[in-house]
Amino acid sequence: MNLGRIGGLLSRHLYLYKRSFARMLEIFYWPFLDLVVWGFITIYLKEAGVSLHGAVAFFLGALILWDVLFRAQQGVAVSFLEEMWARNLMNLFASPLTVGEYLASTMIMSVLKVTAVGSLMMMFAWAFYSYDMLKMGLSLFPFILNLVLSGWIIGVLTTSIIMRFGQQAEVLAWGLVFLFQPISCVFYPLDVLPPILQSIAWMIPPAHIFEGMRMVLVDGAMPVDHIFWATGLNLLFFAMVVAWFYHTFNICKDKGMLVRVGE
Amino acid sequence: MSKPIVEVRNLTKQFGGFTAVNNISFEINEGEILGLLGPNGAGKTTTIHMLLGLITPSSGSIHMFGLDLAQHRETILQQVNFSSTYISMPFSLTVEENLKVIARLYSIQNIQRRIDDIIEKLEMGDIRSKLTRKLSSGQMSRLTLAKALMTEPKVLFLDEPTASLDPDIVNKIKGFLKEYQRTAGLSILYTSHNMREMEEMSNRIIFLQQGQIVAEGTADQIIQRYGQRDLEEVFLKLAREPKAK
Repeated sequence: MNLGRIGGLLSRHLYLYKRSFARMLEIFYWPFLDLVVWGFITIYLKEAGVSLHGAVAFFLGALILWDVLFRAQQGVAVSFLEEMWARNLMNLFASPLTVGEYLASTMIMSVLKVTAVGSLMMMFAWAFYSYDMLKMGLSLFPFILNLVLSGWIIGVLTTSIIMRFGQQAEVLAWGLVFLFQPISCVFYPLDVLPPILQSIAWMIPPAHIFEGMRMVLVDGAMPVDHIFWATGLNLLFFAMVVAWFYHTFNICKDKGMLVRVGE
Repeated sequence: MSKPIVEVRNLTKQFGGFTAVNNISFEINEGEILGLLGPNGAGKTTTIHMLLGLITPSSGSIHMFGLDLAQHRETILQQVNFSSTYISMPFSLTVEENLKVIARLYSIQNIQRRIDDIIEKLEMGDIRSKLTRKLSSGQMSRLTLAKALMTEPKVLFLDEPTASLDPDIVNKIKGFLKEYQRTAGLSILYTSHNMREMEEMSNRIIFLQQGQIVAEGTADQIIQRYGQRDLEEVFLKLAREPKAK
């Protein structure tokens, strides 16, 4: 891994964001609107007398953390789209940049996005709904790390599909992650799912993360078993998806698609 | 005689049932400009993409600087670059930002000095802060050439670097390339559809047709061999008589 090359690719994206109002808006606009809508839903539920222990933590916390996953995924997938739209993949992969360095730079980019969006949403939640997520302290940290890792996994998977199938698959950069939302149990406990979906949900890290996170947010408990399962599954899927990406990359090189993707 | 810096042996590329490049072998010597000539679809660009590691050959081998590209990709590509009229660079970055990114990808030292130097050589001072999307096609060609030369490569692949440019810019680019090649001892693989340009630029020419090498030698040797008046007539003869050896 050459850190200079990773930094070089990272600087390419930072130059882009520095200048692009639309891209900055994407970071601030949707998260802000999400927070406003879910904040009002929370207020409505409280006023309607719906008894839900820790409703604010339940919804706003879940929303902020879902956005961690979503932005982590986007950081990886949209970075690839940017190269595809700019027809820059040839310049990158005809340089000494390796596939591993490419992936590393997109993952760092996703961490930057997550940090920006997460900080902003926490600030909004605190300013508008008096919800201070930082009160949860360090116990949330392992869940956030696992959500970022889950986001990378979905992002790398999305990227490999877009690389293989080209522009017709680019909608997946925004859509694929939502396929996992119902079984991730972001806004409801896992036991509301039908038994078959519960079995599937236990096999994906985000379900463990959000289940465990609710215990932290609502009860202040530290669910070690959920952290253990989420981390184990994440590491397994991460290794699998990176191997899959390398495999897809080689297929694209063999079929000559790397030089045509985006056309 | 100078030693070969690029050695291509029995290179073949098949896409499904279609053979784009068919068992070609050639060498590029140190400090040589090798012209790659052929009609559209002859396999020129596919060959260059294989030399850049962007397409995996179906069979055959590519060695540069004595190293196998399949095994020493990073080391080789550090010393190689390419330019083409048909490539692009991120539109939302300025000329200078794009060059900075490329410099970092090639681990160049003294980035600012190198950028200043290439911008001066290619007379790009007036566009260094301009957004890439606002460049004219001639300016874009200069940018892609700047990104290729800034890394001080030992081997340069130029895929129709002057296509669709006006004669004044073509003349400037050709002049610059010849001078740069002479002073830096650069080896160049050059493709063009302009026969005069090819004669002018190349020390040696390879003519590709349907993925195969059908003629090889200096422009004069090829013209003599086919009994034509110039390279353009040879091109027409070879292009219209499939695989005429």
